[in-house]
This record gives sequence, structure tokens and C-alpha cells, in this order.
Amino acid sequence: MSTRADLRNVLTNRSFLIGAIITLIIAIMAGLSFMWTPYNVSALDVVAKLKPPSMTHWLGTDHFGRDILSMIMVGSRASILVAFVSVAIGAGIGIPLGLWAAASGGVVDEILMRFNDLVFAFPALLSAVMITAIFGPGAINAIIAIGIFNIPVFARVARGAALSLWVREFVLAARAIGKDEGRITIDHILPNMANVLIIQGTIQFSLGILAEAGLSYVGLGSQPPMPSWGRMLFEAQTMISLAPHMALFPGLAIMMTVLGLNLLGDGLRDLLDPKLRYMR
Amino acid sequence: MLSYASKRVSVGIVTLLAASIIVFAVLEIVPGDPARLMLGMNATEDAVRTLQEQMGFNQPLISRYFSWLGGLLTGDFGKSYTYSVPVFDLIKERVAVSLPLALISLALSTVIAIPVGLFSASRRGSIADTAAMGAAQIGIAIPNFWFALLLVYVFAVMLRLLPAGGFTGWENGLWPSIKSLILPSIALALPQASILARVTRSSLLDVLGEDYIRTARAKGLSRRRVLYHHALRNALIPVLTILGMQFSFLLAGTIIVENVFYLPGLGRLVFQAITQRDLIVVEGVVILLVATVIIVNLVVDLAYAIVDPRLWSRR
Amino acid sequence: MNIWKSFLIGTAIALLPATTSFAAKTDLVLGIVLEPPHLDPTAGAAAAIDEIVYANIFEGLTRIGPKGDVLPALSESWILSDDGKVYTFKLHKDVKFHDGTGFDAEDVKFSLDRARGDKSTNAQKGLFAAIDTVETVDSLTVKVTLKQPSGDFLYNMAWGDAVIVAPESADTNKDKPIGTGPFKLENWEKGSQIVIAKNPDYWGTPAKLEKATFRIIPDPAAATAALLAGDVQAFPVFPSYETIAQFQTDPRFKVVIGTTEGETVLGMNNKKPPFDNVNVRQAIAHAIDRKTVIDGAMFGFGAPIGSFFPPHHPAYFDLTAETTYDPELAKKLLAEAGHPNGFKTTLKLPPPTYARRGGEIIAAELREIGIDAEIIPVEWAQWLDQVFKNKDYDMTIVSHTEPNDLNIFARDDYYFNYDSATFKELIKQIEATSDGPKRTELYQQAQKLLAADEPAAFLFQLPKTGIWDAKIEGLWENGPIQANDLTAVKWID
Repeated sequence: MSTRADLRNVLTNRSFLIGAIITLIIAIMAGLSFMWTPYNVSALDVVAKLKPPSMTHWLGTDHFGRDILSMIMVGSRASILVAFVSVAIGAGIGIPLGLWAAASGGVVDEILMRFNDLVFAFPALLSAVMITAIFGPGAINAIIAIGIFNIPVFARVARGAALSLWVREFVLAARAIGKDEGRITIDHILPNMANVLIIQGTIQFSLGILAEAGLSYVGLGSQPPMPSWGRMLFEAQTMISLAPHMALFPGLAIMMTVLGLNLLGDGLRDLLDPKLRYMR
Repeated sequence: MLSYASKRVSVGIVTLLAASIIVFAVLEIVPGDPARLMLGMNATEDAVRTLQEQMGFNQPLISRYFSWLGGLLTGDFGKSYTYSVPVFDLIKERVAVSLPLALISLALSTVIAIPVGLFSASRRGSIADTAAMGAAQIGIAIPNFWFALLLVYVFAVMLRLLPAGGFTGWENGLWPSIKSLILPSIALALPQASILARVTRSSLLDVLGEDYIRTARAKGLSRRRVLYHHALRNALIPVLTILGMQFSFLLAGTIIVENVFYLPGLGRLVFQAITQRDLIVVEGVVILLVATVIIVNLVVDLAYAIVDPRLWSRR
Repeated sequence: MNIWKSFLIGTAIALLPATTSFAAKTDLVLGIVLEPPHLDPTAGAAAAIDEIVYANIFEGLTRIGPKGDVLPALSESWILSDDGKVYTFKLHKDVKFHDGTGFDAEDVKFSLDRARGDKSTNAQKGLFAAIDTVETVDSLTVKVTLKQPSGDFLYNMAWGDAVIVAPESADTNKDKPIGTGPFKLENWEKGSQIVIAKNPDYWGTPAKLEKATFRIIPDPAAATAALLAGDVQAFPVFPSYETIAQFQTDPRFKVVIGTTEGETVLGMNNKKPPFDNVNVRQAIAHAIDRKTVIDGAMFGFGAPIGSFFPPHHPAYFDLTAETTYDPELAKKLLAEAGHPNGFKTTLKLPPPTYARRGGEIIAAELREIGIDAEIIPVEWAQWLDQVFKNKDYDMTIVSHTEPNDLNIFARDDYYFNYDSATFKELIKQIEATSDGPKRTELYQQAQKLLAADEPAAFLFQLPKTGIWDAKIEGLWENGPIQANDLTAVKWID
């Protein structure tokens, strides 16, 4: 396929385009928050609490009089950081495990798969709640709790993709000329499964955003004064009759981020791996 | 088939045992002493020590594990530290809330998702299809607790039609109980329905591309007839798999939604028990949920094997 | 279309709250925030236990009244010996426990001996520390001999932890509470509600309510909705400060903001640098604007305090002016203490809203004077373990809700790590002095000493935010102890 055709595909893939634009906006917002926010989120102004959206505060203020737009901008960092690092943990440990299992087969494969079954048997969110209850709430423990459950996901995907590649002709050829399994894995298997892994990474990233929001909502995610979307929703809950705007905007932020990532993932799948189009 | 089944069952049992060790070991290292929590700030040291002894904390870890495991096998989940009633009774009371909640949302998501998936598949590429699938994308992206908050705002705060939370108990009338489960089930069902609608649509499209469907069409059967009579039945297999997975997910996934609505279900029980260091309750609920997941997966696997004999003959 | 319409109307009617009947009601649904772990007040510290059982199910020799005064209960009268060491209690006759067994002096001796015995798991064992012996004189007379005179003894015997239980039922009270009170337990649906019903065989003035239901509603938003919908007719301690204003303007409800015994403080670890320096503690106190804390965390409810004493107490002395909000002075004090640029520290916060929200505000205020306090949220189990028992903390926020607890600053090993010989001496004198001007004078000296030493920054008195149906009478306005005494509650027309 020529580069020109690639580009045309990219530009006509609606999911990819919308997803990429939303994701870019969120990323820019998070980046901008390091340099500028409309208001300082660590300064409280109790006198100006619970103000509805207006010209001075576009998205209104919260129960401590903080600007919600600024809070959402800074809060994106916690979401992105937790989701990104937990995906990195899952991929960093899960992919090598999956590749190893596929390359060796036999007992190693069996043990890894049973380990996967074991982790999958634990309801993820409940386990994350237990982990943070043991080690204490906070961003780092939220990352660990979410990251652990990403390991078997990546291991399974990597193993499945690798197994299908091991029977392909170019791999058999490499084997015929005497390359060992490790070499083949690095030279031939890994590069050829990058597409699948990128797609899975996008999906896990969006699930990570949702999981972080859920943990913060029950008070186990990142802690004040660092704002987080999930905790903003928790604070909003008791004020819902007084200040519904407090509940509306952080939720929209979560939804848009997850939507953007999911669309991006779908679009990538269409572009990179047309065979998988209908699988989810 | 039999050997495949017995292998799957024994793997399930080993997984469950391993899970029980993990659950027990992990919860033993939770910081915080339930005895001190029960007696509070003014308690004297020797009152705390006496209570610890009464609760059996002075016995070695291994023997406590085995007596717990032995109890589980005979249906004795131990006695709650805080409520001082059998854990099994507590779980039973809470399942009476969580199970109906999970079932209602499962039913709700199926009733919404399958027609939408069918509709979308039959009008593939139309504006209606795009709109439905776009809505499904949004449904997946909405955090269920946020959706729950919005539902509370609209139906409880603004319209005052449904309760914002709490549960009066089944014995105080069926209708009030169901009323308090309506909003939570909708909140839980929306993302599930969205996923299910997408799966239904794509698996239908897959089936519609198969040779036998083309043959049926070639024989002159109407598109509609092919869709409902031939394609749907075959497309339902992956849909049922997802449903099976969703059920265990729902049972555990109610934790947060139960917290939004303050429903006395399993999720709230375990959440509360963690904060109160009522570890024996946490252990009981977690192992029960793990067992449910394992059993549901096992049943789905075996059902698959019956439908698709290649699965077990290959191994 | 018509069918659809009538379906909608039908649903709407079915969803409307049931209209109330016209006859005076004799049942009441109260909202409570926390579910008690069990119902035995002699075996647990949870205030939620007393909120159900105190005065309703269980009674002691004495009891605390709505104004915080000590009243007779199972003991109709008592005589104190001239040396102040021997109390002779005369008991009511014809008193029966809920299971039909009779009440007499043996039950009193059993209860007191059990509470202070070796195997006791009574959370307030200290209440009984002054007791030397308990003897039965006859079936309706009990003689309690103290080790030394105690000005607080009758008050101590009025606590929920000192109620009288029967030997036959003492071990099963957690689940099936058997007391002598005007109500008995009818039913407990765990996680949902506790129902008590009138005891027809009560020895004293019978209750006016036939039935009372304590519904457990921990969520502030749900509490608001339940009251508005009439599902709950009274919330003695309403948890959602932010929505109180909307009830104040609604004639269907009565909003009563009373006081409690809950002194809310920013506790500091007095032995751990830099908090071992009184200038640092003073600086922190001056950096905190109590008004902002009360407005932001409590939506304006709660009275500021300048020392560790409830404002409603006759011996209260207003010391809030000693530590006014003055960030400049705070910075100066910090510089004098050798921390001109502030320092890094931690703030451990237990779950209640006052602590979590108050902590966020205080951390922001401390940042203004250069103190960077990292917020660490903890659950109660961790708080008790880390802060209370092991004193592994820098700062924390907690409300001390026990009545009459000025003496905690005199305890060795208490989590403040405050150690003042002068203060201990004052407390010793207070305990040996019975009520009167002398005791008031001593109380005020103790308050002033604490305001000067600032072992903790004193924030505000926790309010009792009661909201109930305007047609209900007899609920307590204040919370001298944590209880929901329903003995005099009734509906009026």
C-alpha cells in the first residue's frame, strides 16, 4: 500500500479523525495546565463558593470557591498519568511474558495461562479497592492496582498474536537458517505484532482513565490538593441539588477523554488491521 | 468431551484454591486492628487485648487459614467481627439486593442492545446505524457513577419521581424496593448495553458474510428472513459469551453504583467491611465473587465446547 | 396513544408519595448516618450504639438529661457519705428486663463488676476506675465504695457504657439487646434499618410512640431526599450541612442547630520536631482562619473555640481572641522558631467530612505561611493504629465527642504527646472538687493554659444539626451525649 493511499485512508476514517482530534484537545489542555490556568487551583476562596457558570468562571466554582475549568485542566494530569503508567506497567510486564509463553510453549505456557485465569478471576475494581485499602490511597497505589490487571491482558494479547505468527512462513524460514527463539521473537515476532499491541494499548488506556476516575470517586485515587476528575464528582454528589454544574463538567471531561481514546482505537484498528474490524 | 470437561473443572478448583490463599494472605497484612476499632479512642490496652483473644487473633496464621477453608467447604463463612452474626447470613441478606440489581440490569441491557444491534446490522451504513453506533460509543465512555449522579439529579432531585438512594427491604413491599432499584439498574445497564449492541451488530455482520447465508439469499429468501432465521441464531453465540462475562462483572461492578445509591448490597458490604477491618467478611465476599467468576467462565467454556466440538477434539 | 397516556398517568399516581392519615401518628422514622456494629453499649465505643439504645433500650443507675444534667434513672435516689467515698443507691422496684426477668441489686453488682473486671471489653473502663467495691445491701439497695472521692462519679455512671444488664442476657446483648428501657428491639435489617417498639411493661412513664425506626442513611444527598420525600421524618444529626439552608425556609420542617460535646481540633504531635516548639504551634494556630474553616467545611455551622471546652458549659471561657487569624504574626512566630521558610509536614485525615474538607482548607492556609502539609487520608482503623496508638503522625484533625474530656490533655501517652505538670495538677484538683465556683475557677485556668500552650489548634465545636417534621415534639435540641432519647417524643396535631 502506498503512502498516499495510507493518507487517504486516514483522512476518510471518521472514527480515527474524531478520536484523534478529541485526544489532541485533551492532551493540549493537560499540557497547557502546566503553564497556565484561568485561576490558581490551590487558592481557596470560600466566599465565591458554588457559583454557577458565568463570564468570570466559565464552568462555575466548587464548594471551596475554586474555578472548575482550572480544576478540570489540572485534573487531566492525574487521569492521564495514572492511566499511562498503568498501561506501561501492564505492557512492560505482560508483553514479555506473553512472548515467552508463545515461544516456549509447554509448561511455561500452561503456567502463564493459569496465572492469567487466576488474575482474571478477581473482579478488577474490587481488587483495586482492596489494594489501595492496604497500601493507602494515592496516585501511586492506584497505578499499581490498575497496572496489575493490565498485565494478563497484554500477556494474553501478545501470546495470541505471537502464536499465530510462529506458524508463518517467514518465521519458519528464520528458524530454518538457525536463529534461536529469542532472536526470532525480537527480529520477527515483535515488529509484526506492533499494530495489535498499539490498539490494545489504546483500549487499556481508556479503561485506565475510567478506572482512575472510579477509584478517585471512592476516595482512593490521587489526593488533594491535586485535583482529580473522580474526586470532583465525589464532592459534587452531596451538592447536586445546590450546584449541579459541579457534577456535570468533570463527568463530561471523563466521557470525552474515554470517547476520544476509544474512537482513536477503533480508527487505528480499521487502518492498521482490517481483519480485526468487527472484534472488540 | 468428558476428559476436556474434567480438565476444565479441575483447573477451576485449583484456581479457586490459589485465590483463597491469595485472599487470606493479602488481607492478613492489612494494617489496622479490628479489636481496637471496635473499642475506640478511650479503650484501655487490656480491654483491647482481651477482645483480641476472644476474636481468636492469637492463633497461628496457618491454622486460621485451614479452619477458615474448612468452614467454607461446609458453608460456614465464620462470624463477622463487627456485627457478630454469621458472615453467611450477612452475605445472604446482601445478595438479595445485589443479585436482583445485576439481573435487572442484565435484562435491561439485553432488551435494549439486541434490537439495536439487529437494527444497525440490517441497515448497515445508514444514518440510523451510524447514530446508533455513535450513541453506543458514548455509552461505553460514560462512567456509570457519573451517569448515576445525572439520573439522581433528573429523577430524584428535579422530578422527585424516584428515590435518590437507600433501600427499604423486600419485606416492606415489592414496589418500593423495585423503585429504589430502577435508577441503579439503568446506570449499570447503559455501558453494558452499549458494548452488547456493538457485539451483536458486528457478530451479525460476520455471520451475514458467511457462505451459507449467501446460499440462502441466493435461494431467494428475503433479507429479513435470512437475518432473523439464520443469521441471528448463529450470531448469538458470541453475544451469549459476552453476557456471561458481563454477569460476573455486574455482580462485582455494583460496588461503586451501590455506593452512589447507598444500597445495602454486596459491594457496599465489602466496602464497609474493608474500612471497619471486618476481614472475615471481606474474605467471604471476595472468595464468593471469585468462585462466581470461575463457575460462570467454566459454564461458558463448556457450553462453547458443546456447540463447537472442534474446541475439545483439538486438544 | 390513549393507552400510553393513561399508563403515564397511572405511573405518576403510583409514584406519588402516599398521603398521610389524619390521626396523630404513633410511629416515627429517624435517619441515622452510621450503622452500629452491634447493640451492646458495654462492649464497644461506637457512638452509633448509644444513638439507638441509650435511654430507649438500656438504662443505667443515673442518666444524662437533655441539658447535660445528671438525673436519676434505675436508681431513684442516692446518699453520699460524709467522706465522699460511699454512694448508697436506692433502686426502683418492680423493674423488669425485656425478657421478663426481674431487676434487682444483684444485676447492678453484676454489671459494675463485669465492666471493671479482667475479662471486660468495656471501651470506657476508665469510668469505673474509681470504684473499690460494689456490695448489695438488700434487693433494692446497692453500696458503691470508691477508692477516693470523685466529683464525676454520678456523671460517669450515666454513660451508655455503664448501663445495667442482666447476667442471663449479658453475653447476647450484641445481637439481642435486653435492657430495662421503655423500648425493645423489634427487628434489625443489617445495612438498612433498626426498629424498636414500645415496651408495654415499662416501669416508668411509658413512651408515647408505639414504634420507632432508625433508618441508616450514610449519604448526605440521600438524607436530603429522604427528608423531603417524607420517608424519614427526623434526622437528629443531619449529615449534609450544605443543604440545611433549604430546610430552614421550608415550613414543613423544624431546623434546630444545637451544640454537642465535640471539640474539633487540629491535633499536633507535641514531642515531634518542629511541633515541640510552642512558637510553631502558635504560628499554626494563627495561620488558620476559623471562619473560613467553618464556612468552607461546615457551611457556616459550628461555633469557633479557642480552647478545649464546649461553649454551652457554664464554666466556658471564650479564648478565641488569643489565636486570631494573623498570617503575618504566624510567619514571624515561625521565623522565631527557626523556620523562616516554613517546612514540610503531613496531615492525616480520618473519614468524616469535617476532617477531610477542613483539612483541605487548613492545608491551603498553611501553605500561605510556607508550611507544606501533605494530606494523607486514612480510615478510622488506620487512624486509631497510626495516629492514636503509635503516635506516628505530625498533624491530624478529629472531633473529640466524649463529654467531660478535658482530662485527655493530662493523660500520659495520649496521642497529642502533650506533657504539662501544671495541667495535670489542675485536672487532679478538678476531679477531687465537686461542683461550685471553685471548680469553675479551676476549669477556666485549665482552658487558659491550653490556649497558651496550644498543644492542638482549637477549631470549632461540632454542631448538632437536627432537622425534623414541624409536628414532632420532644427530640433533643443539643447533644450533651450522643443519644436519641425517644422517651418523650410525640406527634402533635
